[in-house]
Amino acid sequence: MSKYTEDDLREELKTKEYEYGFYTDIESETFPNGLNEDIVRAISKKKEEPEWMTEWRLEAFKVWKQMTEPDWPNVHYEKPDFQAISYYSAPNSKPKYESLDEVDPELLATFEKLGISLDEQKKLTGVAMDVVVDSVSVATTFKKTLAEKGIIFMSISEAIQKHPELVKKYIGTVVPQKDNFYAALNSAVFSDGSFCYIPKGVRCPMELSTYFRINQAGTGQFERTLVIADQGSYVSYLEGCTAPSRDENQLHAAVVELIALDDAEIKYSTVQNWYPGNAEGKGGVYNFVTKRGLCEKNAKISWTQVETGSAVTWKYPSCVLKGDNSVGEFYSIAVTNNFQQADTGTKMIHLGNNTKSTIISKGISAGKSQNSYRGLVQISPRAKNARNFSQCDSLLMGNECGAHTFPYIEANNKSAQIEHEATTSKIGEDQIFYCNQRGIDTEKAIALIVNGFSKEVLNKLPMEFAVEAQKLLEISLEGSVG
Amino acid sequence: MELKDKLISSFMAFENNVDVDSPIHDIRTEAIKNFEDEGFPTKRQEAWKYTSLDAVLKHDYSVFPKHESALEYKDVKKYFIHEIDCYKIIFVDGKYSSHLSQTTHDDIDVCLMSSALSKPKYRLIIENYFNKIATKDGISSLNTAFSAEGAYIHIPKNKLVQKPIQIIHFSTGREGALLLQPRNLVVVDENSHVQIIERHQSLTDNPILTNSVTEIFANKRAIVDYYKIQNDTSSASLIDNTFINQKQESIAKVHTFSFGGKLTRNNLNFYQNGERLDSTMKGITIIGDKQHVDHNTLVHHIEPNCESHQDYKGIYNDSATGVFNGKVVVEKEAQKTNAFQANNNILISDKASINTKPQLEIFADDVKCSHGCTIGQLDESAMFYLRSRGIPEKEARALLMFAFSNNVLDSVKIPEIKTRITKIIASKLGVNIGFDL
Repeated sequence: MSKYTEDDLREELKTKEYEYGFYTDIESETFPNGLNEDIVRAISKKKEEPEWMTEWRLEAFKVWKQMTEPDWPNVHYEKPDFQAISYYSAPNSKPKYESLDEVDPELLATFEKLGISLDEQKKLTGVAMDVVVDSVSVATTFKKTLAEKGIIFMSISEAIQKHPELVKKYIGTVVPQKDNFYAALNSAVFSDGSFCYIPKGVRCPMELSTYFRINQAGTGQFERTLVIADQGSYVSYLEGCTAPSRDENQLHAAVVELIALDDAEIKYSTVQNWYPGNAEGKGGVYNFVTKRGLCEKNAKISWTQVETGSAVTWKYPSCVLKGDNSVGEFYSIAVTNNFQQADTGTKMIHLGNNTKSTIISKGISAGKSQNSYRGLVQISPRAKNARNFSQCDSLLMGNECGAHTFPYIEANNKSAQIEHEATTSKIGEDQIFYCNQRGIDTEKAIALIVNGFSKEVLNKLPMEFAVEAQKLLEISLEGSVG
Repeated sequence: MELKDKLISSFMAFENNVDVDSPIHDIRTEAIKNFEDEGFPTKRQEAWKYTSLDAVLKHDYSVFPKHESALEYKDVKKYFIHEIDCYKIIFVDGKYSSHLSQTTHDDIDVCLMSSALSKPKYRLIIENYFNKIATKDGISSLNTAFSAEGAYIHIPKNKLVQKPIQIIHFSTGREGALLLQPRNLVVVDENSHVQIIERHQSLTDNPILTNSVTEIFANKRAIVDYYKIQNDTSSASLIDNTFINQKQESIAKVHTFSFGGKLTRNNLNFYQNGERLDSTMKGITIIGDKQHVDHNTLVHHIEPNCESHQDYKGIYNDSATGVFNGKVVVEKEAQKTNAFQANNNILISDKASINTKPQLEIFADDVKCSHGCTIGQLDESAMFYLRSRGIPEKEARALLMFAFSNNVLDSVKIPEIKTRITKIIASKLGVNIGFDL
């Protein structure tokens, strides 16, 4: 067998095609392109929303009109034309299903290709799936089991109908409409998303999971997720995405809000594999996401993300540690290849006393990609005994890619203890040699090293998701993940 | 009138006093245009995110001091490193003070920028080096536009300069607020070695703003050792822009000791234009009151097999604010780079704050780059250890802080500077523990 070297791997990475690129032909109902007040109203009407929600959207739209796109991230791309996007698209088969038999078989086939057969998921993993294809929930499972515990897990549009008091109370409290350009846009036009409420003291018995897919050419995807964990509750939430091949850039501007009340814990895991564009850097998804969690007293929020896709990623899952003794965690693996650009990281805002945060970020860049970590650790003057540990490691493959680190650390209290460290390296020849020497061939050795490099983060993924994460990682780094 | 407008209109007055036909003046004219476009930096700019110049710029600075002020050596002796024999280039209110200075043209040139700019024998050096690496941002352009006076040091090939060179800028501020813009050029040719000490000292309570630009060229195998002592009064502010261009196998070290001043901003930029060279920048910052110190460093790794080391320590008391913004850029060609960056900080009071941003931008794969940064307090158990052995709290604290900053002092090559700095540190910490810390 010929020797498998790092160069081979690089070559393979370069030519590796997006495996999950296919397009399901489901008749969709799509709005005309462009965005104005009427479109916002129309979206709201389409979803049969109450008056306050329409007003809320319009308020966001007004703010958005006055905002400009941020240009500080370390990414370069052609700015999307916001008037050339259709802001609403929903699969035509509208009615909700209680069982799988009623689901459009073509849709089911789509899931089959993705390897997320609902049957299998149901039986083997105990995961309740709120499957989102092009913005509208079409299948929700395990709802009954959850209902027994008093857990509300449904699409956000349904929640607006059925639990307006909860939605009204919490929506926009963590990510306000005017937070940033994309959050404002999302607030104005969000089509659907998930809503989850865990009542007091309830430990959610299963992992909650949502699949996002972009399925309609030229359709922006504007998801809105709201997770509320009431006092003393626990929930683990999974989110994963794959998208079919497209030549034109697609825009994804999601907002995720997490609220962990006193003593609650939320674990939010993401595997992101949007279409990254082809080897020439053509096409691919723009992923501009605002994710933020609020921790009350003794609460804990943990973000875990595996980012392998998107042409451009702009994403900073953050924690506002408002309550005393609250904990924020961020574990991330970001893999970029070809012409992908990622500017991702986190913000840890320490407001309460004895708050703790941990940041572990692993960046792997190959091809001609650019991978940036951008993080903020902020200790407010009143936050006593705050503790932060950050570690950002980058692995470079080839000399055409770049790895960048932009950590911002702002300490305003003397009792804060902050540590930050970052390293950049490549796979050492001595490491490969060590493995070869012990009879491990180069391919396996690279797999071993990359795996070891990202292990700290992979370990944080829930068991049910780890398999999926591995599978999605393979697309970007085939031959290196064993 | 806004300071910016005042400066732009002063440029015309400035033109009356300089040779407008020289090529240097074209550079000045271009620079003032640059400044007109860019203006003073604001907090909206990423590089100035944590430092606002508003409080400093609000004074009505006079740009050209009208009177020459004479100083007696005995009055200002304490600001010199007087224990050793040095070359001295001394300025009072921006004007050269010949009786305090000791310059030379013997083998090496240690003299004035004004003569270097006007005399034909320096023309070649000026043409090759002047304003070649200073950036075109607003603040440096402002200095370039008004560049006329400063230190000029040229060390030809194969010279080991025996005595260190001291550059001191005194300001008497007799006429109220004063803006100083010294412009220095240091050219060190092949195999030569030079040590330079720079200090800015205000002798008044009137506001003083110094906007200094220093260009340093370390050619093949040259060694440049540069010390900046910043222990000014609370009415003086300093914006120091230093640019260092290194050729292969050269070694450049800059130590910055920031103990005083209302606002101090150090823009320190290293450009590595050669292989196998070494850049070192180290700093100790100990400030209190409402002082503000901002270290903004850049190391640009352009060629392979180079090293860079950064080590900045900061201790912040009262309402002091510190900023560290270190940037390491490694270009695609700069393989086998070894870059290291550390920034450690201690906050002593509740109102003190520190903003730090150690940045890495890496485009080459075969490199070893790391940075570390910590913010914390003195170790309680170490404090207890010392106190249980009868050392009073204040002294124990001082000992620990001294230990904290010691590895920066370790690399200081001139013993007299080391002694001087330890004395300043001891007085900053308000202790006298019977031996030189």
